[in-house]
Amino acid sequence: MTASTLHLPTDFETYSEARRAGFLRMKALKEAGARVVGIFCTFVPTELIYAAGALPVGLCAYSEEPIAAAEADLPRNLCPLIKASYGFARSDTCPYFYFSDFVVGETTCDGKKKMFELLGRYKETYVMQLPHRRDDAALAFWREQILAFQRKLEDFYGISISEAEIRTAIRRKNRERRALKAFLELGKLNPAPMSGYEMGTRLDAGSFSFDLEGRCREIETRTAQVRAAWECGKTSRRRPRLLVTGCPNAGVREKILRTVEELGADVVAFDTCNGIREKLLPVDEENPDVYDALARKYLDIHCSVMSPNDGRLADLGQMLEEYAVDGVLEIVLQSCHTYAVESFWIRQFVEARGRSYLNLETDYSQADTGQLTTRLAAFLETME
Amino acid sequence: MMDEYIGIDLGSTAAKVVVLRGKELVERFVLPTGWSSRRTAEEIACRLAQSGHSLGPGRKVVATGYGRQSVDFADRSVTEITCHGRGGRYLMGRDCTVVDIGGQDTKVITVERGTASSFLMNDKCSAGTGKFLEIMANRLAVDLPELFTLAAAGKPLAISSVCTVFAESEVVGHIGAGARREDIAAGVVESVVQKVAGLCTRHGLGQTVALTGGLCDSSYLVERLSQKLGRPVCAHPLGRYAGALGAALIAREKLATSEGKRDA
Ligand code: SF4
Ligand code: SF4
Repeated sequence: MTASTLHLPTDFETYSEARRAGFLRMKALKEAGARVVGIFCTFVPTELIYAAGALPVGLCAYSEEPIAAAEADLPRNLCPLIKASYGFARSDTCPYFYFSDFVVGETTCDGKKKMFELLGRYKETYVMQLPHRRDDAALAFWREQILAFQRKLEDFYGISISEAEIRTAIRRKNRERRALKAFLELGKLNPAPMSGYEMGTRLDAGSFSFDLEGRCREIETRTAQVRAAWECGKTSRRRPRLLVTGCPNAGVREKILRTVEELGADVVAFDTCNGIREKLLPVDEENPDVYDALARKYLDIHCSVMSPNDGRLADLGQMLEEYAVDGVLEIVLQSCHTYAVESFWIRQFVEARGRSYLNLETDYSQADTGQLTTRLAAFLETME
Repeated sequence: MMDEYIGIDLGSTAAKVVVLRGKELVERFVLPTGWSSRRTAEEIACRLAQSGHSLGPGRKVVATGYGRQSVDFADRSVTEITCHGRGGRYLMGRDCTVVDIGGQDTKVITVERGTASSFLMNDKCSAGTGKFLEIMANRLAVDLPELFTLAAAGKPLAISSVCTVFAESEVVGHIGAGARREDIAAGVVESVVQKVAGLCTRHGLGQTVALTGGLCDSSYLVERLSQKLGRPVCAHPLGRYAGALGAALIAREKLATSEGKRDA
């Protein structure tokens, strides 16, 4: 797409101010020649996108608004994240989707995998085939998929990506991972130095930027500030410390995370893909084969779409200790089968370690806020 | 005078109130919940004053239940899950699993070391709750006690829908087909028992199971649930007061003045 063919959506004038601003910002970026690739999942190796001189933008949606539009094509009993992401695309209301050059899907869960087929009607959708186990055959296959994705980027933009460019991208992304991990690990401080609600919100803001170094510096500064403030203002307040696990939770942050903190708990740890999960393991910079290094890293993300997924329990066990967790709050988005089933193991694991466990199944609507609040309050009372 | 501890369980269909003087249960009553929880709370305050338990110094109040936030004069509010767990434990005299079939929702609560340690609640839908029974009783033009009497004399007809609205049309279908009211009633109770038992199995049950909430007065329901779960279900005569009792006990434990603590 050349700059001269850039149009705004037909309904642009009716959009809210914030949304219009988002569209104009992206349009300006594109007019300045930027390449933009939309992604939906942490399994997609963004190093390759950076190496192609493009900007990866996350298209997972967290709002209820576009769901009605999605339900024109998709079944109602589908994960709200999938519906919302699709709904934004279908209704031309997400600037990032709208101005993406193409989008990258992945065969993670069934709902998303099949949604991508429909999504292709609105925007070129390239799908990476993710194997669901972690043996040698899967690794070899995934390495091939990564190579194929590189070819896709090269063909699409008419460029060639050098190994040196990939290595640079790996170093930049590793630095970002380290910075984000250190920020999230502030939750290990006891008492908690900041609310989990704020932590999550800050992580969302500013994700995906061309200026990775600038972003890292910002996060590192913030981390140092929070730590310093904690050192001098230590209080001895005693609130239950919670770990949040399960599905991506940005869409229910208000009604669950904010509520539970208002009720008197601290959310200190996030075992989620919008939390620390993808940040735990860097890409091996020493590996002479960059594709093998990427394949190994991205196959080792402990998401429930993988089977078996024992690594998640191992991570969880470590986090329970390191963050001095009192209770585990598992959030399952409606109709997310992999997390819903896997919660069997999580509950068993957590209770065997003497921690309280609460499983909440929910969607992006406000219909269950009253019930959720009661459950959260009762959950905290069990820890008194 | 000895301090008093008042527990108020403001549920979606009825408000239950108990007064403990030290360790002794000196007053209890039930009021229907009207349109406004706030109004019901005022009525409760009135009733308390009339029976010689005027609010004020020396009396501590804990509110629980669906309308707990509407009890302005409460010293504290605690969720119905914790209160039912505590009250059920008190009535049984030992750790147990408390099953509360409420008007609005049903919960299974594990009580360990005297207090609720984990719980499971039904989903948004009213199937498997008192509400479901109420709607179906309405359809059959009987009240709840009559529904249970009918059911005891019937052979359950299948009501398989998990959704209250669809289940209601199944009942209408049975009525239209000329089925015996006893059999329909038995089918309705069976459907609730099945949902509740399902919730119990998912959560896991301890040695002792106590049924609390308004429905524990129905011996038929208790019997059906025992059979489904394959173990005795205990229903204490004061079971409907479990939430209010739990609230009063928490008031005594957490809000007692040092003097009150000595009394207790
Ligand atoms: S939960 Fe798993 S599949 Fe879903 S976005 Fe996160 S990593 Fe991808
Ligand atoms: S939350 Fe579950 S169902 Fe939804 S996109 Fe992620 S893995 Fe799929």
